Amino acid sequence: MSDERASEAERSRASTAERAAAAGVSPAAVSEAMGEVDPSIYRHLADAQMNVELDTGDMILNLGPQHPATHGTLRLVVRLDGERVIAADPVIGYMHRGYEKLTEVRSYPQITTLINRIDWLSSFANEVPFIHGAELLMGIEAPPRAQYIRTILTELSRIATFLLFLGEMGLQVGALTPAFYGFRDREHVLNLIEAATGGRFHPNFNRIGGTKDDLPWGWVAETRNTMKVVLDACTDFDNLVAGNEIFEARTKGIGIIPGDVGAGYGVSGSNLRASGVDWDLRRDGKPYLVYPELDFKVWTHPDGDSFARYWVRLQETREAARMVIQMLDQLPAGPVMAKVPRIIKVPVGEVWVETENPLGQMGYYVISKGAIGPFRVKIRSASFSNVSILPWLLRGVYVPDVITILASLYFILGDIDR
Amino acid sequence: MPDETDDVEEQVAAEQGTAEMDEPAAAEEAQADADPSAAEPTDEAVDEDADGEPAHLSDTEAKVLGRLGRELGEDILESASAFGTLVVRVKPDAWRRAAEVSRTDLQCDYLSFISGIDWQPAPREGGEVAGASSAPVQPTEMTFGTAGSAGRFQLLAVVESTSHKWGVALKTDLDEAAPQAESWVSVYPGADWHERECWEMYGVTFEGHPSLRHLYLPSEFEGHPLRKDFPLLARQVKPWPGLVDVEPMPGEEATEDGEASAEGAADE
Repeated sequence: MSDERASEAERSRASTAERAAAAGVSPAAVSEAMGEVDPSIYRHLADAQMNVELDTGDMILNLGPQHPATHGTLRLVVRLDGERVIAADPVIGYMHRGYEKLTEVRSYPQITTLINRIDWLSSFANEVPFIHGAELLMGIEAPPRAQYIRTILTELSRIATFLLFLGEMGLQVGALTPAFYGFRDREHVLNLIEAATGGRFHPNFNRIGGTKDDLPWGWVAETRNTMKVVLDACTDFDNLVAGNEIFEARTKGIGIIPGDVGAGYGVSGSNLRASGVDWDLRRDGKPYLVYPELDFKVWTHPDGDSFARYWVRLQETREAARMVIQMLDQLPAGPVMAKVPRIIKVPVGEVWVETENPLGQMGYYVISKGAIGPFRVKIRSASFSNVSILPWLLRGVYVPDVITILASLYFILGDIDR
Repeated sequence: MPDETDDVEEQVAAEQGTAEMDEPAAAEEAQADADPSAAEPTDEAVDEDADGEPAHLSDTEAKVLGRLGRELGEDILESASAFGTLVVRVKPDAWRRAAEVSRTDLQCDYLSFISGIDWQPAPREGGEVAGASSAPVQPTEMTFGTAGSAGRFQLLAVVESTSHKWGVALKTDLDEAAPQAESWVSVYPGADWHERECWEMYGVTFEGHPSLRHLYLPSEFEGHPLRKDFPLLARQVKPWPGLVDVEPMPGEEATEDGEASAEGAADE
């Protein structure tokens, strides 16, 4: 407790000194002025002094595997000097299920069951690239209506994923209220996904050549209403969290990822766009689904800090809701399934399909040898690379900021471990 | 604040269209656009080095291959296009050089992944006992994929450019007895974890990697699970049931004669 207070005092003093230096005031004048403003600061400074005498240097702290900020079972071994992280080593693999091996002994339609469970918050979006890859190899194209349904559901899962983030990020930095709003509004979207696919978390709705079913009666109208709810929720989050002074203080300037470093580590998606890299596979990648037909904006933020990541996801939630409305307006009629053989045999070939998933770039490198199952599937998941930057990113930050950074990177353990 | 910046950036990007932001690249591209024959001979030369098959490359792929070929030259063994992805196989000695060229000349600043491939078919253990009837059957002879291979193990990596929006899949061959390659960590810092994963899953040693240790598996784990000869215990305990759950297409009546007619339908 005393450590925490001491470091806070030190930090506030340091930041005051920085501001003063920027304004051209000498450090001595600052400490004098601080003494005049708040005498109680001396008590904290005394704690800081004691801290030095006790020498807490090089303490090893285990964060997780069960820490709430780790979204599952990520263990983070950090070496601390007082409150400052000297080195951090993420230990992953607690949830490794060996999907790449398992895909080799399953048929193509069975694999969607597995890949639903990679990033379980946006399961539908996981299915899309794999099914798309298999379709490319087979030379099948899903009918337009199926493509639209897929795109709508992908964007809905993006909204569901981000709404949870928008609420939870507040929770991680100490604001309880937004979490309730996040969970509440996400529930509306999950209801839509459940109504269309039958599953809240694991839809398993994609088929090679289309989708399992058409949309249920009344779904389009219901979705329109829900998108209004989502847009309102975004306004709420904008006011309640992003515009909150304490939230800004906790997130601005924390965990800055420069764009080039992030790209070198393979950080993708909103995390990279928050570092000012204008790269979105929906717009820039090989065309997939109906994104080329849509009019949407790719949001970036130049700062690259935790706040930028929050801000970009907030804008992307809005953009996704607008995209869903746009797609509902131009939803074509017709079949949802192309003609495919009953036993799916995929011709010999290789295909690399990458998509812009809620957490970042998701890709499958599928190698087929003409059998009913793939010969090899490399699953490129977003969180794996997003988290691999942690040893670099956490060096020199304070312990409370570790939580902020973990929350703002927003990863899912199933997406790291596969 | 960020709002405005973004708008401006986007407008600039929209106005410039395909033109590039940075000057050397723009100059090169202008040259390539103005005089297509300048870039193409390189590509053809490279293609002829391979097995002489006609390469159906898109314009972007041809441009990327041309740039790679200019720097790597003879080190490119084979190249092909796989559904819009340029796949380039380089000599094992040039593996790290390929990464450097991709990073600098191609401006592929983004590392997507590094992984391995084991081309050997999974052994059918005990003849018909556990293997043949239990798994989706793969060919029994060793065949290679796009851009070929010299042997059983290969490395596969995908790098992409966030500014030019292009990418390339790189492959290289590995020695079967002691697979080994140069590490990419000094070129792409993100290669660290990918190479650790590849090391534990395929047993590929990366020269120059700071610490090759287990990533997913416990440190006392023995064997390399993604090699094809590593047995999947779950399948040995409970064999694959076969295609019993083929569901009818929407609007199609389920037929009672299950697998027999389904087998026939596959050929239709």
